[in-house]
Amino acid sequence: MVQTYRLVRGGRIDRSKPIAMRFNGKELDAFAGDTVASALLANGIHFAARSFKFHRPRGVFSHGSEEPNALLSVDRGGGRIDPNNSASAIEAVDGLSLRSQNHWPSLQFDVGAVNGALSPLFVAGFYYKTFMWPRSFWDRIYEPAIRAAAGLGRAPATPDPDRYQHTHAHCDVLVVGAGPAGLAAALAASEAGKRVILADEQAEMGGALLHELTSTIDGKSAWAWLEDTLARLASRGTVTLLPRTTAFGYYNHNHVGLVQRVTDHLADPHPDLPRERLWQVRAREVVLATGSHERPLVFAGNDRPGIMLAESLRVFVNRYGVVPGQRALIVTSGASAYTAAADLKAVGIDVAVVDARPHNDCAVEAAALRAAGCEVLAGHTVLGSRGRGRVSGLIVAPVDDSGKVGARRILPCDCVGLSGGWTPAVHLFSQSRGKLGYDAAIDAFAPGTSVQAERSAGAARGTYQLTACLGEGWNAGAAAAGLARGRRFTASASRTGFRPFRQLPTDGAKGRGRAFVDLQNDVTVKDIELAVREGFESIEHVKRYTTTGMATDQGKTSNMNALGLVAETLGKPMAEIGTTTFRLPYTPVTFAALAGPNRGRLFDPSRTTPTHDWAVAAGASFEDVGLWKRARCFPLQGEDMDAAVARECRAVRTRAGIFDASTLGKIEVVGPDAAEFLNRLYTNAFTRLEPGRCRYGLMLKEDGYILDDGVVARLARDRFHVTTTTGGAARVLQHMEDYLQTEWPNLQVYLTSITEQYAVIALQGPKAREILTLLVDGIDLGREAFPHMSLRIGSVCGVPCRLFRVSFTGELGYELNVPSDYGQPVWEAVIERGQAFGITPYGTESMHVLRAEKGFIVVGQETDGTVTPDDVGLAGLIAGSKTDFVGCRSLARPDLVSPGRRQLVGLMTEDAQGVLEEGAQIVADPAEPIPMRMLGHVTSSYWSPNCGRSIALALIAAGRSLIGRRLYATTPTGFAEVRVCNPIFVDRKGERVHA
Amino acid sequence: MLLITCPYCGARPESEFRCGGEAHIARPPQPGNVDDTAWADYLFYRTNPKGVHAERWLHAHGCQRWFNMLRDTASDQVIGIYAMGKSRPDRPKT
Amino acid sequence: MHRFSLRTLLAEALIGHEGWERQWRSPEPKSAYDAVIVGGGGHGLATAYYLAKEHGLTEIAVLEKGWIGGGNTGRNTTIIRSNYLYEESAAIYEHAVRLWEGLSRELNYNVMFSQRGVMMLAHNVHDVQSLKRHVYANRLNGIDNEWLSAEQAKAFCPPLNISPHMRYPVIGASLQRRGGVARHDAVAWGYARGADAMGVDIIQNCEVLGFMRGPDGSVTGVETSKGPIRTPRVGVVAAGHTSVIMARAGLRMPLESFPLQALVSEPVKPVFPCVVMSNTIHAYISQSDRGELVIGAGTDQYVSYSQQGGMHIATHTLEAICELFPQFSRLRMLRNWGGIVDVTPDRSPIIGLTPIPGLYVNCGWGTGGFKATPGSGHVFAHTIAKGEPHPINAPFALDRFRTGRLIDEAAAAAVAH
Repeated sequence: MVQTYRLVRGGRIDRSKPIAMRFNGKELDAFAGDTVASALLANGIHFAARSFKFHRPRGVFSHGSEEPNALLSVDRGGGRIDPNNSASAIEAVDGLSLRSQNHWPSLQFDVGAVNGALSPLFVAGFYYKTFMWPRSFWDRIYEPAIRAAAGLGRAPATPDPDRYQHTHAHCDVLVVGAGPAGLAAALAASEAGKRVILADEQAEMGGALLHELTSTIDGKSAWAWLEDTLARLASRGTVTLLPRTTAFGYYNHNHVGLVQRVTDHLADPHPDLPRERLWQVRAREVVLATGSHERPLVFAGNDRPGIMLAESLRVFVNRYGVVPGQRALIVTSGASAYTAAADLKAVGIDVAVVDARPHNDCAVEAAALRAAGCEVLAGHTVLGSRGRGRVSGLIVAPVDDSGKVGARRILPCDCVGLSGGWTPAVHLFSQSRGKLGYDAAIDAFAPGTSVQAERSAGAARGTYQLTACLGEGWNAGAAAAGLARGRRFTASASRTGFRPFRQLPTDGAKGRGRAFVDLQNDVTVKDIELAVREGFESIEHVKRYTTTGMATDQGKTSNMNALGLVAETLGKPMAEIGTTTFRLPYTPVTFAALAGPNRGRLFDPSRTTPTHDWAVAAGASFEDVGLWKRARCFPLQGEDMDAAVARECRAVRTRAGIFDASTLGKIEVVGPDAAEFLNRLYTNAFTRLEPGRCRYGLMLKEDGYILDDGVVARLARDRFHVTTTTGGAARVLQHMEDYLQTEWPNLQVYLTSITEQYAVIALQGPKAREILTLLVDGIDLGREAFPHMSLRIGSVCGVPCRLFRVSFTGELGYELNVPSDYGQPVWEAVIERGQAFGITPYGTESMHVLRAEKGFIVVGQETDGTVTPDDVGLAGLIAGSKTDFVGCRSLARPDLVSPGRRQLVGLMTEDAQGVLEEGAQIVADPAEPIPMRMLGHVTSSYWSPNCGRSIALALIAAGRSLIGRRLYATTPTGFAEVRVCNPIFVDRKGERVHA
Repeated sequence: MLLITCPYCGARPESEFRCGGEAHIARPPQPGNVDDTAWADYLFYRTNPKGVHAERWLHAHGCQRWFNMLRDTASDQVIGIYAMGKSRPDRPKT
Repeated sequence: MHRFSLRTLLAEALIGHEGWERQWRSPEPKSAYDAVIVGGGGHGLATAYYLAKEHGLTEIAVLEKGWIGGGNTGRNTTIIRSNYLYEESAAIYEHAVRLWEGLSRELNYNVMFSQRGVMMLAHNVHDVQSLKRHVYANRLNGIDNEWLSAEQAKAFCPPLNISPHMRYPVIGASLQRRGGVARHDAVAWGYARGADAMGVDIIQNCEVLGFMRGPDGSVTGVETSKGPIRTPRVGVVAAGHTSVIMARAGLRMPLESFPLQALVSEPVKPVFPCVVMSNTIHAYISQSDRGELVIGAGTDQYVSYSQQGGMHIATHTLEAICELFPQFSRLRMLRNWGGIVDVTPDRSPIIGLTPIPGLYVNCGWGTGGFKATPGSGHVFAHTIAKGEPHPINAPFALDRFRTGRLIDEAAAAAVAH
């Protein structure tokens, strides 16, 4: 398609750089500097979209991110497809493929447009009133039909190949918006030498100056002033200019989220560049110079393609050199549209103005325009529009002072510019928690007192005179930067002032035409009136009932009209109606930009143990435990997990196994009061624990439930080596610090996490001592010299070692704590030494089986935050000598001492081969009717190679009194018979650890 | 994300900190002498005000020190910061 | 009450919808009521509805400080399910699901309850243990919940990524087919309309400022921004603001209020068939009838009434969404908001009597109250009318924090509500 509707010269596009895109498969030509919206218009395409509900033909309505109508699906190639892009915000790029949305089979002929014919039925909230009969039809018929009709574009079907980046920045002054006010603010703030970030959502900075052809600032043309100003800002080393960057969210404590579009405007971006970059800026001060949005006027048929905002017509002509039509009608209730009319006229477009204000209210601007040769119909209203696919005429009529509407006539046209006044963009101010107040002088909600370190300037607070915008911007920037110097700007006068019309006067004739308030969601005046009639008086209710303002444009152009209509219908002042909440984000933000690089491998860090590489090489399979990657088992060629685990478990009980326990949390507790401190934290007593000895400690939360467990070793009178569970390491350290610093600050104790400093190698099994003997220096491994639950300090393989004689398997065992860097060499040396003894590496699965065979609990598996020491049979670990420790008092609460608490027991399935599922529930009688009384559940369940049968641990109501009883556990298909038993399945007397 | 001024390290983003809930809830010195109701009050009952809230914070990814903070829970503005063990300031500086 | 049906809708269409009546009145408060409900959210309105319908009380007022349904009712991700672990929780949520199943017709208001299925993902061995524990407990309680392999989960929800190369691969899931979503606003409006039709006064923009007490300490009325109202029974159902209201009665509560965030994408054509929840990596997602992907995020760590949380809460959940559904990563966040949730120490609600005679409380629903709306209102109405709890809410008494008889779904389940 050719750019028939392009001026020969003018605008900020680069005619030497043609761009070829496609729209619905057809060629769409453009120039560098175009947006897709300007390109569509330059190619004579107005009808570009279908609306959400009625599938009405719609066209480009605006020149910016406030666009409600022209939403397109963009395909950038290689799977880079995304729906619902505002044509006015997509920069023209070679190779872009654009598609219109929400129609079938085509944009021009859309079956969904039948909804328009049914529109008398599809009023606000109609779905709440029907589709209830018969009930089953909702899920099968009605809802699928509603869903198929809803939605706009299609979600991409393949993963996104692009990358996204996060960056964090601090600055003294963040200026949002690079229009005249924002530029002046940045000038002032940077003149004071402050670090300034100036961000603007558009490709070019300048805001409204970009379409000011005749205005001057300080004697220069607006464009020349803009060029100078940007050059000056760029030359200051403390200024960061961020075009294509939208400040979308204003969070607590001046934390502002911005998203920068880095590559979407490039035809062939460097592969290292991210597509978008999320900036998280912490600004000492913020200046909001976010401008304002023009309001459309509401009348029947105000939605046809070719009808857009008046200022947008001006932008397309002045900035993009586009001729949006040959005969334009400007429908206005304010002065600014006369400037648009004049600019259109200046390039040869036939222009007429319909002004809803009476003659006296627009005499000055009307006279000026008439002098330029344009017709101005003051005191007129618009009663409807004509046209198929594109507007071809408006039905206008005079309105007299009494409001009486006179005779209709049709004004032919091929484009229409609407101007119902201006609305400050107060979104970010509102997000900053500042309170908005209704200002009748500007008929808008304007920023009130700031809550955070923030200032609004220019049109964002309803100041529309260019000179005043510049001055306010400067003052805001200066105040934010602490600059005392003022500055006067001299700029040409702007035409300002408007009279708000919630809808244009009608002649009362019932027509078929619908007057749209929210274009994208097809909300009409009647919908809003209906909502109010039905008692939805709060503006939030009206919004939710009618969906006005809830579309992708979030009602940027429509909300004030909706508010005004509600106020009028209720007969209440605007201030009393208030405004709806301005929710984040200002414009939609890509999920991936928010997620940033935290995906895939970087979704969460992976923690690996010192022997990780060895385990990988050995073919281990891994499991995720918190952030850790732990070797689950070490299958040999051809082995499945069950076979590997069985082999590993047998090896530990008959010969020796080696296990990486480095993930256990380790905390060094040091100081003269260390023992007293542990005494207060653990259920056990530590004061009399001798140096060189270990104790299995149980730690409760203050509510009496088990928090963590682990071995506590006394290295010296004032020094303990505490171990925690893998998952509990950070939690326990924080718990300790909490009590130490806040409850017992008088205790002299110092806590250090040493989890990462030590590799822990567990060597377990009857051959453990023999294997270790030749590797150890300075430690007597003799049975009496180094008994179970003690520790010695010496060296292993020449490496300093804290050697624990402890066991989580029930076998003779040691845990070698060696500096992490030596973890793998020592591991390999022990394995080499152990070869002759049949040493076998085992993983977490075997560890679980072996401890379950011994009835040892795993915190988080046997316990779940509701389990007391007595519940798991560990009441014996509560020191009787102590009157208090953390959690002690809670253990005496009525429910914690009540009979019938669930207690840890063993279970043996009647079918020795049948392994129960962990999480299976236990009942007394499988024939009981539902709901059945559940006695408890299976916490751990394994095939025990050493018992030659299935074993399980379970928490069962009064379980210890049920030993020997027959119960039933759920299985995927029914129930399995089980017998309650002692939870220790191997070596009940516990002799093997003392070998 | 809040900006919190650790009294030992200076201003840092909230992500370095852990909130420890309401401050000045003293553990009864002799829990054994406290009845179930009073113990439940200590464990679970909180003021939860809409307004100025005294709360405990830990600079978890920093100096590991606990401190107290006064914050307005309606606006999230920080009103004051003071050391553990100090009593709540009467007239917080704003 | 003007009945809603296709027939009345057609009839109204012919006369330009001029005939629709107010869905509820906007009365001035009377000087006295039999019962006053503080809080015009879904739970409060449902309470009033059932008080009027099932307990014969005629003089009932619902006092709402803002606009009805403006709190968490209109701010949540509308997930409805009953596959809770403990029988106490299962009973109340299942009671609610059964009411949900007939609610549109009961209220003559389409609340769009859509039983699309709620799937919860397991990413590690611990998740599997926990979810299976739920599946089995639910089965014995007569609540549907089934275990799915990763492949079966993918078949049920085709957009789901089950690649073993994910940082936390999906290794299985539980599925409650009767779970789903509903239209949140419609629940408040439907109950309001139903209650109003039975004479309940719904009074908006009316804040409770204090309580009037008799010589025996019992409640005799409330002071409001619209003047005093006498009543022998007050039910406080104020969600995040419960502590604030109860403080006006001189009571401290075992509650803390946190901002909870949610967000939606731009609307797209149907692409997501069910509800998916992953507690391990913090993602909750479904697609609304409008086509928006509705995504639940987490709470901030500190008490706040600001209805606005930190950016990191939303970004964190979107990381998880992009992991689980990488094809959605180019979609855009359209709206992000916060609600204030009141959280109890055991993450289960408090529904019952208070130390003050005549004052009842229904609170502490945390992040999961919406799903319980009909059940909660139903049993709370019973509690207020009879002066003693319904068997279903008896375990949710305030006294459990003294006895230690907690109902700790969060600890037991590692699954958010």
